[in-house]
Amino acid sequence: MSDHDKIYSTKFQDAVERKTVLMFVMIALAVAVGGIVEIVPLFYVPNTAVVGGDGTYNNTAHKDTAGNTISMDKIVWNPATSAHKTLDEWQPGDGVRPLKPLELAGRLVYQREGCYLCHSQHIRPFRDEKDRYGHYSIAEESMYDHPFQWGSKRTGPDLARVGAKYSDEWQRRHLKYPRDVVPESVMPNYFWLESSAVNVTETVQSMKVLTMMPFNPVPKTIYTDDYINGAAAQLDGKTDMDALIAYLQGLGNHIKFEEGVNYRD
Amino acid sequence: MCIVNLLEEETTVEATQATPVKYDMEVVRWFTIAAAIYAVVGTLVGVIVASELAWPFLNLDIPYITFGRLRPLHTNAVIFAFGGCVLFATGFYMVQRTCAKKLWSNGLAWFTFAGWNLIIVCAVLALPLGFSSGKEYAELPWIVDLMIAVVWLSFGLNHIMTVAIRKTSHIYVSNWFTMSMIVMITYLHVVNSMAIPVSLTNGLSMYAGVQDAMVQWWWGHNAVGFYLTAGFLAIMYYFVPKQSGRPVFSYRLSVLHFWALTFGYVWLGSHHLQYTALPDWTGSLGAAVSMAMIIPSWGGAMNGMMTLSGAWDKLRTDYILRFLVVALAFYAMSTFEGPVMSLKSVNALSHYTDWTVGHVHSGALGWTAMVAYGALYHMVKKLWGVDKMYSESLVNVHFWMATIGTVIYVVALWVSGIMQGLMWRDYDEYGTLTYTFVESVSAMHPYYVMRMVGGLIFTIGAAIALFNIVMTVSQASAKRASGAVPAKA
Repeated sequence: MSDHDKIYSTKFQDAVERKTVLMFVMIALAVAVGGIVEIVPLFYVPNTAVVGGDGTYNNTAHKDTAGNTISMDKIVWNPATSAHKTLDEWQPGDGVRPLKPLELAGRLVYQREGCYLCHSQHIRPFRDEKDRYGHYSIAEESMYDHPFQWGSKRTGPDLARVGAKYSDEWQRRHLKYPRDVVPESVMPNYFWLESSAVNVTETVQSMKVLTMMPFNPVPKTIYTDDYINGAAAQLDGKTDMDALIAYLQGLGNHIKFEEGVNYRD
Repeated sequence: MCIVNLLEEETTVEATQATPVKYDMEVVRWFTIAAAIYAVVGTLVGVIVASELAWPFLNLDIPYITFGRLRPLHTNAVIFAFGGCVLFATGFYMVQRTCAKKLWSNGLAWFTFAGWNLIIVCAVLALPLGFSSGKEYAELPWIVDLMIAVVWLSFGLNHIMTVAIRKTSHIYVSNWFTMSMIVMITYLHVVNSMAIPVSLTNGLSMYAGVQDAMVQWWWGHNAVGFYLTAGFLAIMYYFVPKQSGRPVFSYRLSVLHFWALTFGYVWLGSHHLQYTALPDWTGSLGAAVSMAMIIPSWGGAMNGMMTLSGAWDKLRTDYILRFLVVALAFYAMSTFEGPVMSLKSVNALSHYTDWTVGHVHSGALGWTAMVAYGALYHMVKKLWGVDKMYSESLVNVHFWMATIGTVIYVVALWVSGIMQGLMWRDYDEYGTLTYTFVESVSAMHPYYVMRMVGGLIFTIGAAIALFNIVMTVSQASAKRASGAVPAKA
């Protein structure tokens, strides 16, 4: 067995191959590096829509064409500074906001039905995507999305800015029988969403959970106890179809984008 | 070279012992059969979802089988049910034989078997019912994620402890790869699955937006890199030399292959997020390391291929070896294609298209499934002590169906993916978009049909393999029962 004592590589590699614990430790260290380098900074660097403890968004500073810093309150809705103080008063363009109860119920339907497997919710900064879908997506727009629903495949079109693009009636007809509206579509029929009631308990519980998130929670000043307690009433008698349409109609119109501003720097 | 000795060591240690090691192979037999069954089920669900895209009426207006709910079932079935059972079968098989030692705990191995199958049953119920975490390739609800963590660690502990009590001096290269998979998948699964429960069946991811995207694709790409690659490279480094009867071509290359892959693969996830709201450096870094990964990946593929040098003639007669070699060819091809697709200029075209799906399948069908079948056939013969499969020519039929099916699938989606990408960005002479989105959808139809046909051919091949394996096992059992052949350890 003398051959087994011979070293065919380096001394260190030989030692690693002989000692289980050393091999284990070396592997555990080697595989940890990449993730740490790429993930951890995203919680600290600017422009990644992480809410800093003091509400500064980690020094994110979008500049307008004159070079002046755009107030983050214009990007992310802040009821304290906005003229519109509650979710019900909020208007498109006031900035990114959490979902209203019916929209949140719709998002849970979106997630349940696996819509993200065929529809992306992320527009890239290309001319054709701007012409087809609208302004490119920015980090703040999905800051309340637990989980993110950017998707990885466009079997159907991107939905990041589908809100208010079609009427509620169009959405309803299309969701029920897509080929009645778009003959070439390959989307399944979802007419049965009209006969299933929204899951009130789960939606209300989700609102509570969203305020407890360790990263980017919904502020309790927006999901106040009163607001959460009133959610059940808003969901009363609504169907999964109503919820999903409400969710889709609210997608992508939160921020009023200014022409010529680079929101990616 | 050292590796030669390591391979011979297995037999040497066995031969020099007063009583030969009696391995715990019953659990391996069960995992082997389970893998062969899940391969058919998983790919069949794939054929169904592919058909739904080609002919949407096949959703049949039944919520439980709509594309959005069945597609996660397909991915989970092929990755976790088929892939998992292959990894556990080969993992337990290789670790015993390369360590010349019984499993650290046979009971724990049975726990892994029972637990993993329970998880699969849960997935089969949960996903069609719509209990989804909404994160790609990690759709299972938090409660099943907890079960996965426990069962995965039971495998990891058993494997590493068996390595620790081995009789051989060095740890064999296959076990390095399996160990790196065990560690990395534990990191990935735990970090990516972090959620706050809403109910027993649903939870919400702890991360949001940009951070959730990065964590998700760190998981998504490394499930491919460690589960479907490192774990299956362990298979390659054991079964290619065993089946060809040749030592691994280069020990030094395997050292390079291992450490470069273990350190480098982890960085690639961010290339799935080019041109998104993430800072540009993340995608660029991911693409740069992706390019660098061509070197170790091709080094590893060469190492496997060159192992056959001097034994190439065996490809004429040895159908199992054909699986292993074609798998290596697909491995080399997809580890070149992947880095190319990670580059920003290519990614701008390929992202969101069918090209990505085609790329995944050239890896998953061509590399992972092919190398898995090479190992499964090899193990069936050893585990049930037979010299030949029930039908060797059916192995050859399966080989050709798997190869042709994969090629049809991949070619169909290359064409459709690139066509989609080009149609979406095309402008006419008036400076307006040439095509509406739905025109690109209807242009996909012939390729979706072609993809379904390719997948169906692959699935029929898998069914033939299952038939062949079941017949081999039942023949061997019948012989053993009648006492014609003495039972082998």
